[in-house]
Amino acid sequence: MIETLKNLDLTPFVLSFKLAGLTTLILFVISLPLAWYLSQTKSKAKPLLEAITALPIVLPPSVLGFYILMVFVYVDLNFSFTGLVIASCFYSLPFMVQPLQGGFEGLNKNMLEASYISGKSQLNTLFNVALPNIKPALLTALIITFAHTVGEFGVVLMIGGSIPNETKVASIAIYEMVEIMDYTTAHIYSGLMVLISFIVLLSVYIFNHTQKKIGGVH
Amino acid sequence: MLQINIDKKLHGSHGEMKLDINLKIRKGEFVALSGKSGSGKTTLLRILAGLESSNGTIMVANETWQKENFFLAVQKREIGFVFQDYALFPNMTVEENLLFVEKDRELSNYLLETTELSALKKRLPSSLSGGQKQRVSLCRAFMKRPKLLLMDEPLSALDPSMRSKLQQEILTLHKEFETTTIMVSHDPAEIYRLASRVLVLEQGKIVNDGTAKEVLLKTSGSQKFSFDGELLEIVKIDVIYVAIVAIGQQLVEVVISKYEAENLLIGSVVTLSTKAFSPIIKQNK
Repeated sequence: MIETLKNLDLTPFVLSFKLAGLTTLILFVISLPLAWYLSQTKSKAKPLLEAITALPIVLPPSVLGFYILMVFVYVDLNFSFTGLVIASCFYSLPFMVQPLQGGFEGLNKNMLEASYISGKSQLNTLFNVALPNIKPALLTALIITFAHTVGEFGVVLMIGGSIPNETKVASIAIYEMVEIMDYTTAHIYSGLMVLISFIVLLSVYIFNHTQKKIGGVH
Repeated sequence: MLQINIDKKLHGSHGEMKLDINLKIRKGEFVALSGKSGSGKTTLLRILAGLESSNGTIMVANETWQKENFFLAVQKREIGFVFQDYALFPNMTVEENLLFVEKDRELSNYLLETTELSALKKRLPSSLSGGQKQRVSLCRAFMKRPKLLLMDEPLSALDPSMRSKLQQEILTLHKEFETTTIMVSHDPAEIYRLASRVLVLEQGKIVNDGTAKEVLLKTSGSQKFSFDGELLEIVKIDVIYVAIVAIGQQLVEVVISKYEAENLLIGSVVTLSTKAFSPIIKQNK
């Protein structure tokens, strides 16, 4: 046991968190305008866009993985870390967009209009009025996206293969340990995953609970 | 100063109706907009603010806000708007709420002082009372030194004493800035105190336009007072008839003649008025 701990390779965890961090960052930049647009538009195309955005939630990861694999053949991104990041962005998109959109939709419309009447543009209103007033939704979006990416397995398996130090993330590493019947390492890896995930979720809920008490949201 | 000639189809609670407004307002006038809910008052304010579209023209002080295909964006119209639900920015302090509109510390200090809010300027809106929030909202609306101030039932959520305090402040600020103002209100006392002109809207059309006295005072001729009420019951006591009428929260008894008793319908709206000596009860159309 002690021996296993000493020789424990933590690279899969580092890879997992690097992947999740990058994905969260990129998705935040992409999703912010998308979620804002969806929350404010009266366009008839809204349900269509919402359905497309929500697809990764219902699709089996293998379906998403298969299509991405087919496309990546042409751009030579299969079995690379960059490819994993791009695939993760598709996979986790709804987990960023939906909480943000929900947060924006819950804002007092008159408050946003008061900002426009004050002469402020949509962009100015988004950053100075809308975003600061949806902190719980913002935090939920960031954390859930991060956690969901850490927990991803199917897509990573199909796109990434299992190249050490490149695409072998924690979830894949656990799968391999089980396959070669190295249950001790699998136990340690899995235990770590449970612990980290639980702490992350617990802090989100505690934060949101206190925010609601302060009454920061409308 | 303000010339409005607009129409718009509305899907109200009573089916479809057409908002059709043709109106001129002089500079510095304080106009009260009254009428049943669903008559188009709020929509008219929102159209003026540029928050909703409509057909027609809006001219303000020789500046076109809307004409044919031209539509001046809400950001470019010089208006102040006071919402019934205050619509303050919860992430900013009282002072920041004002300065977000315009970085004019002199004006913000002046406004906060006038409305006795100076001591609260570092507080967040969530820690204020309803009356205080609405005063902040009022100050915020003045920060742009607007050409037109629009208020949508600004005081209806407040208790009576707070209401009259705010009415005084609105009056003070209106005198000071001479801002042309349109305020939606249902409260006759409030309209009488503040407005120099009253418009009554019904089904999207202006059905009454005049001074507060002309529009709101129900008495006519030699009547001393006059109330509208609901006729609840007519009781015959010996040889006289007594009508029981509900006026506001109060029930009153009125002695009526046999002829009146025969011609009044229970449940109808009646006008109860008195001249110097004899009370009169008359069924409304």
